[in-house]
Amino acid sequence: MELLDPTSELQPEGRQPLPRLNALVGKTIGLLDIAKPRGDVFIDRIEDLLLQHGAKTKRFKKPTFTRVAPDALRQEIAGSCDAVLEALAD
Amino acid sequence: MTELKLVMKQGCETCLMIEPLVPQIAKAHKLEVICQDSSSFPANVPVTFDESLEQSFKLNIEIVPTLIVMRDGQESSRIFGWDETAWSGLLGIAFDTDLPKFRPGCGSMTHDPGRQAELAARFAPERLRSRRLNFDHADELEVGFDQGWSDGLPVVPPTPERVMRMLEGTHREPAEVIGRVPPDYAVCTIEKVAINAVLAGCLPEYLPVVITAVEAVLEDQFCMHGLLATTYFSGPLLIVNGPLSRSIGMNSGGNALGQGNRANATIGRALQLLIRNVGGGKPGGVDRAALGNPGKYTFCFAEDEVNSCWDSLSIERGFSKETSTVTVFAADGMQGLVDQKSRTPESLCRSFASGLRVIGHPKMVMGSDAFLVVSPEHERVFREGGWSKQELKSRLLELLMIPGEELIQGAGGISEGIPVGLSDRILCKFRPDGLNIVRAGGSAGLFSAIIAGWGASGSMGSVPVTREIVLA
Repeated sequence: MELLDPTSELQPEGRQPLPRLNALVGKTIGLLDIAKPRGDVFIDRIEDLLLQHGAKTKRFKKPTFTRVAPDALRQEIAGSCDAVLEALAD
Repeated sequence: MTELKLVMKQGCETCLMIEPLVPQIAKAHKLEVICQDSSSFPANVPVTFDESLEQSFKLNIEIVPTLIVMRDGQESSRIFGWDETAWSGLLGIAFDTDLPKFRPGCGSMTHDPGRQAELAARFAPERLRSRRLNFDHADELEVGFDQGWSDGLPVVPPTPERVMRMLEGTHREPAEVIGRVPPDYAVCTIEKVAINAVLAGCLPEYLPVVITAVEAVLEDQFCMHGLLATTYFSGPLLIVNGPLSRSIGMNSGGNALGQGNRANATIGRALQLLIRNVGGGKPGGVDRAALGNPGKYTFCFAEDEVNSCWDSLSIERGFSKETSTVTVFAADGMQGLVDQKSRTPESLCRSFASGLRVIGHPKMVMGSDAFLVVSPEHERVFREGGWSKQELKSRLLELLMIPGEELIQGAGGISEGIPVGLSDRILCKFRPDGLNIVRAGGSAGLFSAIIAGWGASGSMGSVPVTREIVLA
């Protein structure tokens, strides 16, 4: 029986994750709030801990949790941070 | 060099009538006689028996007899049916016959019901570009489950012939790209929509509705990605308006929100299957619904606009009553609303407001949109009271202005609620444009229905989208 594929037929390219950070001192960690309630509570606490460990932080926020982050925001994070933490709060 | 091809069938009275003339034509010209249903008709000339109909299909024969003039391997002209003057002129032959001067032909066997799709699948496979998969499975209905194409119910195997037949429902090219489907943002073609419509059990005449629904959910303001990914209950609901909803036999009457109508059931299902298969949105994957709702199998109905005294949804949204439309809404399941005592618009409106008040949570405001589906017996109360749909909507919104002190966190001994600082405000349950009314349902029963929406409405989430179903 011959059938036509109903799926997207995507063949995602395999990509290796970037090397993990060995230390936090002096590194800039992006903190992305996805704009869900209480995301700020979670990120405030994480930021305190990161600063105690000698990291620098940059805060970011998505316009709405219902949509993927805009390209410009993703590029800004990628260009200015060594790593990013995303807060999936509620 | 001129060559002739003459396509005939023995089952055609006109072909039988001109049979005696064929040898005369063969003597004067280089003639190939192609017969669709016999290897020995017409008599006294060599015949190519086109048993598979491949030649007839490739020559695009619609009528027999058809006489085609070929020059240097290319068709230069054709005539069909019997017209003595035209045939004599084309062939340069004076026929010595007492046949009627004119007689129309008969339908080609290539146009027997269902044959075009079958022939296209066999002899024009290049029209379909999707990957072809071969299975050697004892039960063809198990393939969809094995491949992960199913929503949990059996799917119709998408054979090339079935997909070709589905594509007869639209004039649009199979390869046309109509957008990218979340969550994978995969390219979606008309052909992929047709394949998923086959899976869902659609008829070809439903395809324009399915295509329009896909285009509607892919509009940015509908936010299909978030709707699929949310932990909330919601999924896309389709409401179809206009003459097409009736010509394809959609149900807007008794049990309109329930089972039993093929168009309602399969159009909504096709959209869901497309999100799953093309978009890659599956429960447990990017679909993070905590509970979901039964409408995520399918949720689609037509508005009963013929018997209504109110403007239809599509008219309210700027379309004419001759225009067919699909409206998509990020919907939860439905909640029944019973009122068998109210005989005045004022009283029934208060019942509706009390039901609408509690959607999501009695303290949730400006979150979900809602559709109120008013049944004929309830609509009659407003008809007799002289209330338009707009008047009902305005009055409902007035009744749904709620004091903040009832909504704040802690009020009523319930922690859920809006910030305490808003206690002196008066807030509407719905955002502006967040409440919609349609009419549907059977003629008996003083029941209406509330279809609440996703908790993220408006610019932060989803707004309903209406699109015209274009057939041409």
